[in-house]
Amino acid sequence: MKPLEREFPKKMYDELGAYIESLETTKGALIEILHKAQEIFGYLPRDVQLFVARKLGIPGAEVYGVVSFYSYFTTKPSGKHIISVCMGTACFVRGADKILEKFKERLGIESNETTEDSLFTLKDVRCIGACGLAPVIMVDGKVYGRVKEEDVDAIINEYRGKEAKEVDKVLK
Amino acid sequence: MIKSLNDLNQFRKQYSDMLALREHRNARGTRMNIMVCGGTGCLSSDSDKVIKNLELILKARGYADEVKIIRTGCFGFCEQGPIVKIEPDNVFYVRVGPKDAKDIVDEHVAKGNRVERLLFEDPLTNARVHTQVEMPFYKKQVRVALRNCGVINPENIHEAIAVEAYEALGKALTQMSRDEVIDVVKKSGLRGRGGGGFPTGLKWEITKKQESREKFIICNADEGDPGAFMDRSILEGDPHSVIEAMAIGAYAIGADKGIVYIRAEYPLAVARLNTAISQARELGLLGKSIFGTDFCFDVTLKYGAGAFVCGEETALINSCEGKRGEPNYKPPYPAQEGYWGHPTCVNNVETFANIPVILTKGAEWFSSMGTEKSKGTKVFALAGKINNVGLVEVPMGITLREIIYEIGGGIPGGKRFKAVQTGGPSGGVLTEKELDTPIDYDSLLAVGSMMGSGGMIVMDEDDNMVNIAKFYLEFTMDEACGRCNPGRIGTKRLFEMLNKITQGKATMAELDAMKQLAYLIKSSALCGLCQTAPNPVISTMKHFWNEYMAFVKDVDHPRGEGRFTPKNKIGIKS
Repeated sequence: MKPLEREFPKKMYDELGAYIESLETTKGALIEILHKAQEIFGYLPRDVQLFVARKLGIPGAEVYGVVSFYSYFTTKPSGKHIISVCMGTACFVRGADKILEKFKERLGIESNETTEDSLFTLKDVRCIGACGLAPVIMVDGKVYGRVKEEDVDAIINEYRGKEAKEVDKVLK
Repeated sequence: MIKSLNDLNQFRKQYSDMLALREHRNARGTRMNIMVCGGTGCLSSDSDKVIKNLELILKARGYADEVKIIRTGCFGFCEQGPIVKIEPDNVFYVRVGPKDAKDIVDEHVAKGNRVERLLFEDPLTNARVHTQVEMPFYKKQVRVALRNCGVINPENIHEAIAVEAYEALGKALTQMSRDEVIDVVKKSGLRGRGGGGFPTGLKWEITKKQESREKFIICNADEGDPGAFMDRSILEGDPHSVIEAMAIGAYAIGADKGIVYIRAEYPLAVARLNTAISQARELGLLGKSIFGTDFCFDVTLKYGAGAFVCGEETALINSCEGKRGEPNYKPPYPAQEGYWGHPTCVNNVETFANIPVILTKGAEWFSSMGTEKSKGTKVFALAGKINNVGLVEVPMGITLREIIYEIGGGIPGGKRFKAVQTGGPSGGVLTEKELDTPIDYDSLLAVGSMMGSGGMIVMDEDDNMVNIAKFYLEFTMDEACGRCNPGRIGTKRLFEMLNKITQGKATMAELDAMKQLAYLIKSSALCGLCQTAPNPVISTMKHFWNEYMAFVKDVDHPRGEGRFTPKNKIGIKS
């Protein structure tokens, strides 16, 4: 059986609703609204898409059509840390594909998947524009340049370590 | 508030001292400017911490009043970031870490001694280079579109005005007719820098001629070519030049609203653009009756959401309207029916960045640079297997050899140059044979590539060209919007064929079929994205047929993806 979609607090919907109402016009504003929704909810599950559709008085299919068209929008929740491996051309010719493979192997997931413990989401992204540091990966907002295959474990462990420390704190 | 050209001149005089040191004049109060690059590349290697440390140490040593730190836009030499430049000494420090701040203050600021270890080391001579002008990376560059990047603080409109921002707009509004503005742009020979190469003045003229109550001017800042980052650098380093040029264009075509369509993946550029827009509004350079004339203009931002096809102008307009970014059939062209059906002019960031100087320095000055049909300069993002990765702006007509070996400093690790891809996923490869081809719109097309937005990816002998073609095809397959069959199905089939080849499972017949399919897509796809999608395949087949053959014929390579043993290592097809 498919698990039920996560329920979000009403506050989040209210925030999105207030944003939509604050707009001068909703004509042509669907993408902006979806950006805002993703900022609030972290991703765009079906319920949120339907909420937007009803607010704007357009079919849900139209919203879904836009959500699925643009790669920036995601319908799946992300892990706590997002590892983005740049697959721009400059990084590719300097071996980004090998880095990506290594991450896949170490995390045991494919691109655009999340680890079971919800700690990491792995993404291959197009050019983050730091070509001078190729190959580049980005974890959350932090950029790691000139990454070598050997560095992958250390990077993962850095975040696992942080996590373990936080858990320790809570337990204490 | 600035209400006339005179006001602007007053402002400029008032603020010109801010730039005095950088122009090697004496300044009151300050004796030194420390310019630290605040572009995305340098920020990701901790230039923010460098600034913070410099501030703390300057304060501790008591220099805070006489030495000013300025966070600039991109210097272009991203490989060597973070970059710190000391003015008026014109000393250029590279790879400056947060820990180096102490030496810069204690040695350079305090005693006037250069910190030798932070100077750029010429890879050919191993000598330290003392000034920016002596660096081979900068020697051959002519910075027009990038003129203010790395020179001013992009978050301060006063500095922008001190380097003549909004002068061209003032001149256009108060002294020139709309036709005169268009005429100057036409005479300059400026062509669209986003890749198409359509004459900008002509585009403006066509849009102006349309009868409509409402018109729009759109800045295409949806830089999708992976490996090209000049538009981002311009927006981060000199946002006012783009805003000013949009206003000039709006005046010329008769629009009063402008839209910047920008990638959401460029948070820093978005932030700086927003700052610049609100500063311009405060001074009355955007809004109602600009420069005391009856011209009104304002700019809003629309965010992209990650779709390469949105760089195509009709797709971009659809996306601005909040729809799926699929292209439309042309005609009607956007100049006739664009944003919400109104005549719309879409220009690229780099195109806009050229406009203000063309108006202040004149069409003749601009057209004196470049080749017969491609005037001015072009910014290239030099990346891949090259020593000096970064943004370079060079006059049109320069040869590939000059860019790669003189500016770019050659191939790292003593490897042999193999090819360079221009035009991103829509372009093709150029090989050793084309090293002396002058780079302009037409000669690149003639040798089977294209200018594109200016990405230039260098590959060395280790790169397998079939894999490179496959990489690009995977990109266009992912990014094809699905509107037309050749784009949706064709690119997928082409990718599958390439995959089969690199797995060593393809036959000669399939190789031929692939060639046919490539040409079929080229001739039948709806928009530029997929019409050019097979280019990497066609051009690598033309130049590196042997590498395709090696995969097809070599039985030792049942799963030979990515491997290339010396036995079948074949160089450039002679």
